[in-house]
Amino acid sequence: MKKILHILRRESAQAKPYWEDFSYETADEGATVATALASTPVVWEHSCLQRRCGACAMVINRIPALACNTRLSEIASDVIRLEPLRKFPVIEDLLVDRSVMMQNLRRLSVWMEEEARTGSEEMAFEAARCLQCGLCLEVCPNFAAGGTFAGMAAMAPMSRLIARLSEGERKRIARDYKKGVYSGCGKSLACRDICPAQLPIEDLLVKSNAAAVWNRWKGVMKQN
Amino acid sequence: MPEDGGTDAMNQNTVAVNIVGAGLAGLSAAMTFVREGVRVRLISFQPSERAQSNLAEGGINAALNVMGEQDTIREHFLDTMKGGCELADPNMVRNLTQAAPGLVKEMDLLGVPFHREQGRMIQRNFGGQKKKRTAYAKSSTGKMLMAALIDAVRRYEAAGLVTRYPHHRFERLVLDRGAVTGVVICDRFRKEQIRLDGAVLMACGGMNGLFAGETTGTTANTADAQAELLAQGIEFSNLEFLQYHPTTVSITGKRLLISEAARGEGGRLFCYEKEPDMPEAGKTGAGGERGRRIYFLEDKYGERGNLMPRDVISREMVLLGKQVYLDLTGLSRETWAVRLSDLREEIFHYLGIDPAREYVPVSPGIHYFMGGILVDEQHRTNLSGLYAAGECACAYHGANRLGGNSLLGAIFGGRKAALSMMADGRLAADGSGEAAAEGRTRVQELPEAGAVTGEGNGEEYHRTGAEGKEENQIRGKITQILMEGMAPLRDQRTLESALKKLDALAEASEASACLKQTMLLARAFLLSALARRESRGAHTRLDYPETDADLQKNTVVSCADGQIRISFRQIPALRPQTDGNSKSGGKGDRP
Repeated sequence: MKKILHILRRESAQAKPYWEDFSYETADEGATVATALASTPVVWEHSCLQRRCGACAMVINRIPALACNTRLSEIASDVIRLEPLRKFPVIEDLLVDRSVMMQNLRRLSVWMEEEARTGSEEMAFEAARCLQCGLCLEVCPNFAAGGTFAGMAAMAPMSRLIARLSEGERKRIARDYKKGVYSGCGKSLACRDICPAQLPIEDLLVKSNAAAVWNRWKGVMKQN
Repeated sequence: MPEDGGTDAMNQNTVAVNIVGAGLAGLSAAMTFVREGVRVRLISFQPSERAQSNLAEGGINAALNVMGEQDTIREHFLDTMKGGCELADPNMVRNLTQAAPGLVKEMDLLGVPFHREQGRMIQRNFGGQKKKRTAYAKSSTGKMLMAALIDAVRRYEAAGLVTRYPHHRFERLVLDRGAVTGVVICDRFRKEQIRLDGAVLMACGGMNGLFAGETTGTTANTADAQAELLAQGIEFSNLEFLQYHPTTVSITGKRLLISEAARGEGGRLFCYEKEPDMPEAGKTGAGGERGRRIYFLEDKYGERGNLMPRDVISREMVLLGKQVYLDLTGLSRETWAVRLSDLREEIFHYLGIDPAREYVPVSPGIHYFMGGILVDEQHRTNLSGLYAAGECACAYHGANRLGGNSLLGAIFGGRKAALSMMADGRLAADGSGEAAAEGRTRVQELPEAGAVTGEGNGEEYHRTGAEGKEENQIRGKITQILMEGMAPLRDQRTLESALKKLDALAEASEASACLKQTMLLARAFLLSALARRESRGAHTRLDYPETDADLQKNTVVSCADGQIRISFRQIPALRPQTDGNSKSGGKGDRP
């Protein structure tokens, strides 16, 4: 199997971007875009190489995806076009600065101040699987860095809290949830289809909205 | 600059501590400091979500005694010591196992969704332990612990007590008359070097980079930090003890771990009677012409054969010389649905095998480094002002780590190190923000590395980013040499041959300063394995198959003027407990 990696590179944020091609040949059916990238001098973020850390998010043939989760054998074209995520400032080549995601979580006070209650383990588990990769933000029609809407990358960690927070903290999280998630979400659900962790986004959203927006905490708490 | 592009919130009049690494050990240490009002700088190559701790699967050990098996802290202590072939400091293991129940309860209160039935926490079986002692969240326990601790630390980020440097690479320690007085880091985004003053806690994980593509860990743990530390005179210990996890599968670019939880929940390992030695790994169905299935571990070790410690099982598999399969077809539908759904999905995704119906071909792969930075019971290194915790430290696991003890060791080690840094007076912990003269903190931006000439700073820049093809090739060769020398079964001949190849590589290649240090660290591994003329735990010498009671000591590696020196150091005896409890456990020894 032979592929051409057609990569949008740039030396720095200020530098002019340019396209560069690298050819990659392998007999390994399991080889991914990450495997191919590792053979190039291109700068990109990587860590676990098994869909567990979210580092290698980028745009692959115009579709945002994790490089480690995209097998070369599943790409029909001989040329694979690689670009950095567009919603975040580019640092170098395919490396982008996703700090805005951390800033949003701080802004929305995504933490517990009291001891967690037990129950809703399944909801907390699913929510906590979020990789903070940013792919959901990349495809979201409502998210822009610097805006008040923090997207599903904030919804997931907040729904972990909604599942486990003690009663005393509900008001606080409800206020921030409405401000950072509910009021900005246009419900296109593009995030649901793109999520590499396949989070049950619709389910988490419905439960979190019911609790934090409509004050139906009891119903959420009963479900697992 | 720290994240947000602002200046360090910790100005000249505050006291701060530097933590290198934002995985479980680093986060646990950070929490410990901020609760005492000490400011923390949390330095990591990537944000916490990318740390290897997120990959930890099966669970965390603590003698909670919730399974009606009369489990005790003493048994957790004894299992850990025995699993580690009596090579861990028993005082440290006692500290660890005594703290475990409290730590798991704390994690529970942070909202970690531990598995519960009728509201009661449930624990599972794990290797090398006779009691159900491993608390878990399906097969994603590390990820769940990390999510909870990331949120917990975030609260203190917002309060200004924790400043994150989340895209910063460790460059080197700042040394002053034999003491560590700070750390130089590099902002990968802005390409500037920053010097941070104050004591340093290393929590930088395992040394996967030396075995690139051959471990279950992350690519971000390059071992560059450890190579630098060794060159700067930090002592290491027990490098020969490399954990080969029995159930891994080679996938592109790395080894995929199949959690020990699979066997804890009833999985069995077998080989076929007539299958030729080491065939190509592939899918399989029923026995057929390969003859009957031999459950060789159960035959040799009885009922609990599949849950022997990892070193034992991996050694048996290598000695067997046949393809081994993991049989998970006997697990109940409920187990798959409730306890291991994530594992089933992962095996299917990467191997195209449904483990509920088909056998999974597995083989031992590098999973954990028992050895690392030498620390004492208080997590101090040989240099004052420097501490280490988590996988990068040689602490609790002796010659072989038990499954479920790494998450525990990381959380406990981070906390213990932070407590001893405060107790040692490396910083003023009065919460007033006033500086003790010694601990004064100042951030100074050094000139851009690119502009610095004559000291090799320019080339340091590109060592993990856009490093050249040649450098990658040399790293690949180092891996190849180490895989030969540090194979599960070793002898003098293979180790000396590997050393020779490493020397030849060093002479032949135009290696950068960083790569030369990496080769030195690789050399330290081989020399440690050569020096230990016995078989113990994860270290099996074909030419010295017996365990030598005289070598119940730690291997110590030190480096001066580019020369590695290996020595052995006595392991401290178990002290009587100050509160009157002995090792055998008085009142305080029970959960």
